[in-house]
Amino acid sequence: MAEEIRAELAAIVWKVVVSEGDRVEDGDILVILESMKMDIPVLAEATGRVIELAVHEGDVIGEGDLIATVE
Amino acid sequence: MFETVLIANRGEIAVRIIETCRRMQIKSVAVYSQADSHSLHVRMADEALLIGPADPAQSYLDVARVLEAARISGAQAIHPGYGFLAESAAAAARFVQEGLVWVGPSALAIATMSDKIAARNAVAAVGVPVLPGSDKAVSDVDAAAVQAGRLGYPVTLKAAVGGGGLGVAVVADEAALRAAFGPVRDRAERVFGAHGMLVERHLPRVRHIEVQILGLTDGRILALGERDCSVQRRHQKLSEETPAPGLSDETREALGRAARQAAEVVDFTGAGTVEFLLDPATGEFVFIEMNARLQVEHPITELVTGIDLVEQQLRIAAGEPPSFDADNPLPVHGHAVEARIYAEDAERFRPGPGKITAWREPKGEGIRVDAGYGRRDQVVPYYDPLLAKVAAWGPDRPAALDRLRHALGRFRIEGPANNVRFFAELLDDPAYASGEYDTGIVARLRPDL
Repeated sequence: MAEEIRAELAAIVWKVVVSEGDRVEDGDILVILESMKMDIPVLAEATGRVIELAVHEGDVIGEGDLIATVE
Repeated sequence: MFETVLIANRGEIAVRIIETCRRMQIKSVAVYSQADSHSLHVRMADEALLIGPADPAQSYLDVARVLEAARISGAQAIHPGYGFLAESAAAAARFVQEGLVWVGPSALAIATMSDKIAARNAVAAVGVPVLPGSDKAVSDVDAAAVQAGRLGYPVTLKAAVGGGGLGVAVVADEAALRAAFGPVRDRAERVFGAHGMLVERHLPRVRHIEVQILGLTDGRILALGERDCSVQRRHQKLSEETPAPGLSDETREALGRAARQAAEVVDFTGAGTVEFLLDPATGEFVFIEMNARLQVEHPITELVTGIDLVEQQLRIAAGEPPSFDADNPLPVHGHAVEARIYAEDAERFRPGPGKITAWREPKGEGIRVDAGYGRRDQVVPYYDPLLAKVAAWGPDRPAALDRLRHALGRFRIEGPANNVRFFAELLDDPAYASGEYDTGIVARLRPDL
């Protein structure tokens, strides 16, 4: 089952930690967002494979924007 | 006095500086990034110049662009506020080199004091008690572990250059130190552009007390009372009060003396703050750092002393004496307390930028609001989360706290996340209400964080 990981807040994508195709486990850091001088790691919520990575480092994203899809 | 002053900042502090400029009939020049085109500080200033994109590295932190704005506007002086360029010795030196007046201490004083290790070594040399720590910067984890072993755990890992609680971690043992070192150093490098780290002994159950100082043009250093800043989350202040509750006159005088000594080491001029950790059980204190700039929480000192610190900064920078009689100690009237309203939720303190759909500031006797935003403004993720500061003055501490409680109950903010509700809990907390609290208070109110 594909799981869409979406942004919980407006932020800047500081670091993309994984690549498309990577295997990730529940709780692994996918990307690190920065908002208002705070780092916000975005975690995988299930074990699986990153089938889509929708953001690049430096992107500005809004609340609800797609970050990645894990299957 | 200057005719035109450029304010190299944004948000509430830019607005606050503009207000004093206006009162002193000084023309104020704001600079802004594309993200701030419609911001309050831009609307308030006499003139406003766009200096670059939202990314602070290409706007508020870009000395060349600020310099160009100063030239275009004909500004004679640069007020840096706090954050951004305020503690950049290179920026201060450059502006002076270009014939502008820097509203702040000398580049040399900034260079010494913005390096926490240099500052600690400098003040220790004149007998100011300091927190035990590494006497030079450590850049790798093994050197940090050696220092930590010598000092004894728990220790605080800290960026040697920096502030605002960024790039700081408290670690309980060597395993935790090894896990934390890399991320903390990376964070420090990204935010402050420096990778030297400092290892300090961590003192539990202490109070964070700071002394406001003013270095005059004749070389005298005045201590304008202390502020208790022990209410912190993520090593960053949430609320401050003055006078610090429960200090003996003896301790208060000793703090003032130590702060003056620290400032004298660097021939400090202008407004600054010397920070200490104080053991409430013994009244003993140690120096931790000095901020060579105006402090976020300066309004509470203004409320109890009746002086405008920004005015004093401008007067000192212009080579003038202060507006008050420096030969007599300033009387402190009553008590003042401040709440920092951040765009973050009141439970977990997670940031939540957004568009402000409703904004109504509280008003009332003894209430002062320093805001950087208003209705319809956009709170963007690029900058720090401070929306406004609500300060309350009262004839005594219970009266000030009561006024703050009522004022916060009337502050209406809709749109972005905000932490207003947190302060109701803080004010109801028995330890806070009694004045017997320490830097662990927020962790006790939020044990899951």
